[in-house]
Amino acid sequence: MRTGEIVAGALAPHPPHLVYADNPPQNEPTAECGWETLRWGYQRFRKDLADRDIDVIVVYTPHWQTYIGTHFLGVPHLQSVSVDPIFPNLFRFHYELDVDVRLAKDIHDRARDGGIVTKMMENPDFRVDYGTIVSCHLTRPEWDIPIVSISSNRSAAYYSIEVMQEQAAVIGRATRDAVLASGKKAVLLASNSLSHRHFTTEGELPEDMTREHIYHHGQYLWDMRLIELMREGRSRELIDIMPEFIEQAVSEADGGGLTWLISALDYPEYAAEIYAYGTVIGTGNVVAGWHPGRAAGVAQ
Amino acid sequence: MKMALIVPGLPHPLLCPERNEGWQRIRDGFAAAREELFAAKPDVLIIYSTMWPSIVGHQIQAHPNPEWVHVDELFHDLGSIPYRFCVDQAFAHAWCGAATARGLSAREVAYDGFPVDTGSVVALKLLTPENEIPACIVSSNIYSDRAESVVLAKAALDALEKEGKTAAAVVVSTLSNRLFTDFIEPGEDRIHSLKDDEWNRKILEFLADGRLEDVSQLSREIHRQVRVRKVVNFKPMWWLSGVMGGHNRFSGKVHAYEALHGAGGAVVTLTPSDAGVGDKEYDEEDVEVFGGDRGVLIAQGTPAAMPLPGAGAPPSAPARASVPATAPVTASPGGIIRTKTAPDPVGAYPHARRAGNLLFLSGIGPRTPGTNEVPGGPVRDAGGHQEEYDVAAQTRQVIENMSAVLAASGATLADLIDITVFLIDMERDFADFNAVYREHFEGIQATRTTIEIDALPTPIAVEFKAIAHLEPA
Ligand SMILES: [Fe+2]
Repeated sequence: MRTGEIVAGALAPHPPHLVYADNPPQNEPTAECGWETLRWGYQRFRKDLADRDIDVIVVYTPHWQTYIGTHFLGVPHLQSVSVDPIFPNLFRFHYELDVDVRLAKDIHDRARDGGIVTKMMENPDFRVDYGTIVSCHLTRPEWDIPIVSISSNRSAAYYSIEVMQEQAAVIGRATRDAVLASGKKAVLLASNSLSHRHFTTEGELPEDMTREHIYHHGQYLWDMRLIELMREGRSRELIDIMPEFIEQAVSEADGGGLTWLISALDYPEYAAEIYAYGTVIGTGNVVAGWHPGRAAGVAQ
Repeated sequence: MKMALIVPGLPHPLLCPERNEGWQRIRDGFAAAREELFAAKPDVLIIYSTMWPSIVGHQIQAHPNPEWVHVDELFHDLGSIPYRFCVDQAFAHAWCGAATARGLSAREVAYDGFPVDTGSVVALKLLTPENEIPACIVSSNIYSDRAESVVLAKAALDALEKEGKTAAAVVVSTLSNRLFTDFIEPGEDRIHSLKDDEWNRKILEFLADGRLEDVSQLSREIHRQVRVRKVVNFKPMWWLSGVMGGHNRFSGKVHAYEALHGAGGAVVTLTPSDAGVGDKEYDEEDVEVFGGDRGVLIAQGTPAAMPLPGAGAPPSAPARASVPATAPVTASPGGIIRTKTAPDPVGAYPHARRAGNLLFLSGIGPRTPGTNEVPGGPVRDAGGHQEEYDVAAQTRQVIENMSAVLAASGATLADLIDITVFLIDMERDFADFNAVYREHFEGIQATRTTIEIDALPTPIAVEFKAIAHLEPA
């Protein structure tokens, strides 16, 4: 059997605004425009994946929040409409997707063996969270590759941010090992934004870009600091300052996504490709990709 | 308001009561509460669910028949819950309008497939299994604090008055919300800790005594002691007490109190009664309108300062990038204040003008902002013929308009120090006007002068002119 491979890992934020502005046929509302910088960034990320074989997309989502353990989608085929509970005016998306239950179960088992409380989600009526859908759609709008979706356990709410990060790192290691053992080529997506302070009102026209800017200068500085570390391949430092970043910038990385990704990529010392940075209702979002094969000089 | 109910939203009592005697007792508690509810015969069941979070203002369910097969994102293995509910759209619409008029950000949601939260689904399935009473559900904004929660409640009362309806109010929330962080056997369920259990019992003791406002005023302490910090504060009791009138005069009944995967779930009913203990134990400000931004920059218990990144920058680095937590007053140069939330002036004058620490309000009547309709009817028709009118309704609107002008100036009714009232018919209207006035100003104690005059420039019976004292700018 061939060895599995992590083809790429990406910080792939999931504001439903981006899908809304893209006007795919699956989404009910339509938009005039909006958040182009981020959408063009996703486009470039897709282009970088276009000539690669990919068997599975593994996504770690902050919008499937589980207070008891980490859960994994465990139903082979799921189809429904995802209505964003926060922005139902922007996102009512008809999805149909396949789940790589086998890989999901293997990550689940390895994480459990690593001391994590885990559960497979096997209810066929379950609705997939919009974080998973947005990140996957923007990475692969064709929906022709099975996915694995991993919930965010909210340990940070019970213990501390540090505990959450430790657990996410263990799940990252389990993901890496499971992918390598599977013989499959995987793309990993951490579905979260960076700084997460945001406006609490919305204009008449959601895509009115005159309203769109970072909520707070301090959070912009934080985001730039993190991006700098990504660009310089200093992922261990990034992990080190993560708890402080999360606290100060109220980051959505508190769900563990970015830590999971860095751990699954085995703490890369090569530069991430920064595809885009942009704000959505005042939050900071970066589309950033790590390409291990490129870094190792593997012919592509 | 006919009655209040507090119920837990976890799905165990609905989906698998047979697995644990306590879960069954919660389910029985729902049944007992349902009997009281049906006897009270409210027109609408208003649900405030802590399990429906929102971040952009308050969302109000306005789909006439939300329908879905619901699966909880955490307890998905307990089973699916098919539902079809009946929502009072007219009330939802009125509530949204009233909330907006009181300065809140609110919107109706009426989309096929919108995910109704587990708590609301459980409450409706167990309280009105056949949709016997139309419902209305509001989200719990994660940033909102006391002022917003109380104002949201008062907006619900405005809507009930407008619609001429009665209601029962339901809070969907556990008391302590600490779940076990590992899976347990149903038989092992218990309250997460002794401390949680003691707090829960104390809260229930208050509620059994009908002391709803006292519990509401303990919210911040409850949040600190027994709530996992998912949101800025524990707010359902602020909303519930607000919607029930902000007092302790209730007859309370605790129908059940049990552990639900470690959290403390109780079914409680409260019915207005003179038998309650009466006076409040605390006295927080009674807020009428919401005038601020939410404190999104204030992390739990810490000041608004946001340290900037930097090698070894101490957390106390000067917060040069911090922004004020409240919206600036919308005054233009010269202290002139105009607002769209009050009726347009009928001449070349602003709504208010600030001079030093004093704020002078122009004379203001009961026209509704935007439409210019006069609640309770105008005093004469377009042809100049006398009409019957309701001075109490007009007075209420005057006070609401005045609140809006004050809110736009960064003030509230409590800042008023002097009021002049003009009535066109002292003999007919004074008593009714005076009763409404007392409701709002008894605790404020502004000086007042009431004068009868021949006429006002629009077909209204009452106008106020006022002066407020503000904090130094
Ligand atoms: Fe998000």
